[in-house]
Amino acid sequence: MDVNWIMRNLDEIGQRTLEHVFLTVIAISVGFVISFILALLVRRARWLEGPIIGVSGVLYAIPSLALFAFLVPFTGIQNPLTAEIALVSYTILILLRNILAGLQSVPREVIEAADGMGYTSSQRLWRVELPVALPVIVAGLRIATVTIIGLVTVTALIGLGGLGYLIVDIGYRRFFLTATIVGSVGAVTLAVLADRGFVLLQRALTPWARQRAED
Amino acid sequence: MSTKSTPDASEGAVVAFEGVSKRYPGSDAPAVEDLTLTVPAGEICVLVGPSGCGKTTSMKMVNRLIEPTGGRITIGGEDIMSLPAVELRRRIGYVIQQVGLFPHLTIGENTAVVPKLLRWKADRTRKRTDELLEIVGLDPAQYRDRYPNELSGGERQRVGVARALAADPPVMLMDEPFGAVDPIRRDGLQNEFLRLQQRVRKTIIFVTHDVDEAIKMGDRIAILQRGGILAQYDTPAAILANPASEFVERFVGADRGLKRLSLGRVRDLEVIDAVKVRAGEDRAEIRRRLDRVDELTYALLVDEQDRPLGWIDQHDLAGNGPVDPDAATPGAPTVEPETTLRDALSALLSSSVQLGVVVDERQRVLGLISVDAIGERLRTPVRAADGKLHEVGETAAR
Repeated sequence: MDVNWIMRNLDEIGQRTLEHVFLTVIAISVGFVISFILALLVRRARWLEGPIIGVSGVLYAIPSLALFAFLVPFTGIQNPLTAEIALVSYTILILLRNILAGLQSVPREVIEAADGMGYTSSQRLWRVELPVALPVIVAGLRIATVTIIGLVTVTALIGLGGLGYLIVDIGYRRFFLTATIVGSVGAVTLAVLADRGFVLLQRALTPWARQRAED
Repeated sequence: MSTKSTPDASEGAVVAFEGVSKRYPGSDAPAVEDLTLTVPAGEICVLVGPSGCGKTTSMKMVNRLIEPTGGRITIGGEDIMSLPAVELRRRIGYVIQQVGLFPHLTIGENTAVVPKLLRWKADRTRKRTDELLEIVGLDPAQYRDRYPNELSGGERQRVGVARALAADPPVMLMDEPFGAVDPIRRDGLQNEFLRLQQRVRKTIIFVTHDVDEAIKMGDRIAILQRGGILAQYDTPAAILANPASEFVERFVGADRGLKRLSLGRVRDLEVIDAVKVRAGEDRAEIRRRLDRVDELTYALLVDEQDRPLGWIDQHDLAGNGPVDPDAATPGAPTVEPETTLRDALSALLSSSVQLGVVVDERQRVLGLISVDAIGERLRTPVRAADGKLHEVGETAAR
């Protein structure tokens, strides 16, 4: 371990970390919006569930390197769009599945009570179903975020920086172990922080899911 | 439940089914066929029948969770189709077996669901929810901010009733509301609900598959048979006395005589004053008091709030000095004035002393009843206003 190198390159490390966070946040945000819309679509038209989950499953199964290689001719190297298209397509399967599972986890009697009380369909969705589904949805966000933080390291291969730059460009190409370690530890730390962050967020948003009756 | 009177402004409205039917597409047999019945304002009408008889379907057509395919339903003379379904539903209380409280909302917020939909002002809603929690016997200060998963099944069911009453609807629909509660607590919840109904006088359509519950809860019972055909619609006493068909007779059961016991209530019996004893009282003094009452060989140990703790027998009272509370035999069955004689008899027969303690809604002792008193009641038919001889319980004022 070359501690001096680390001290001399703190700026660079910080810069790469920010890039990493940036790529992750965009992927998760865009992926969530798309998944959410798809989930609402499936809620309206049940028969769409099979095809949509099928397509997102295929996207999820494509190796990331292959997908980058496929996209570069169209969107170009060093273009964040190339990375984001790939990253977003990976989030959709996880997020969509969890949003759907969350909505399906709402007990039947809760839905029936909401209808019987006179909720309109959209009031029921926003005020009852989504809040009750929240723990499952947040669980999906946790998995997706940790997955994407790991995947973003690969985007260095198409020249997009991030902590993968330290691992691939400095560590691997120049046989400099310290950089590999710094990049890896950085990525793992980010993943752990993001995961903890979601746990705290969920606790704050769903105080009702914590207490359990002793009966 | 609180006995404090509250201004429950709107009492029940007449609910009328006029030739109502429901056919599902793709099914030959109708779920409900030409159902005509009128539920008088402020009464409980129980829909009962075997599964597949269309009782739940009939009930759900009233708030249009299921749309009728024929006929007409009116509430207070107004056709239910004359306003949008969601608005109709906000005017009808709805209670279901699994309660269906919203897990992410506090008890206060759950109770306030319909007032919120109706856009009541915040302070009016808050006042109303506190008042309702009190009505169903839950201290608002203690329960308002808790979540449903912190409550027992019985407590949740009470919140369900409070929620249904929130906007003071003239009509309530109840789908097996006590079906998920264990039999002992069910009796208590039923009694509590009957006391509540005495005050609020809603028109209630109550679905159950349990004949005994129907007899206990219903001012009128509609017995439906497969295919949604109305087999008989009458008061519980009339149905037990004169079943309209073989189907009704079989459905009500061979033990009709015994079921008639369900028409009578504990409050119809003469109660015996209990010899009440508190810890530390003098044994000789208690012996003297007990000797004065012929029917009793047991004294009843009570706590400071007058709630029963157990029986004290002659043996425990021998000698002098203060009575030993630990000597009391626990397990005195408690019944409430609303308990049916049938349930009371069953409770008494399963206890060693064969005396029942009548308690009020706060579990305070009102008196004692004996198996003999119930037997006495069985042997004395009463002549009712209509000149016919009726057996047990028809004098039970409703």
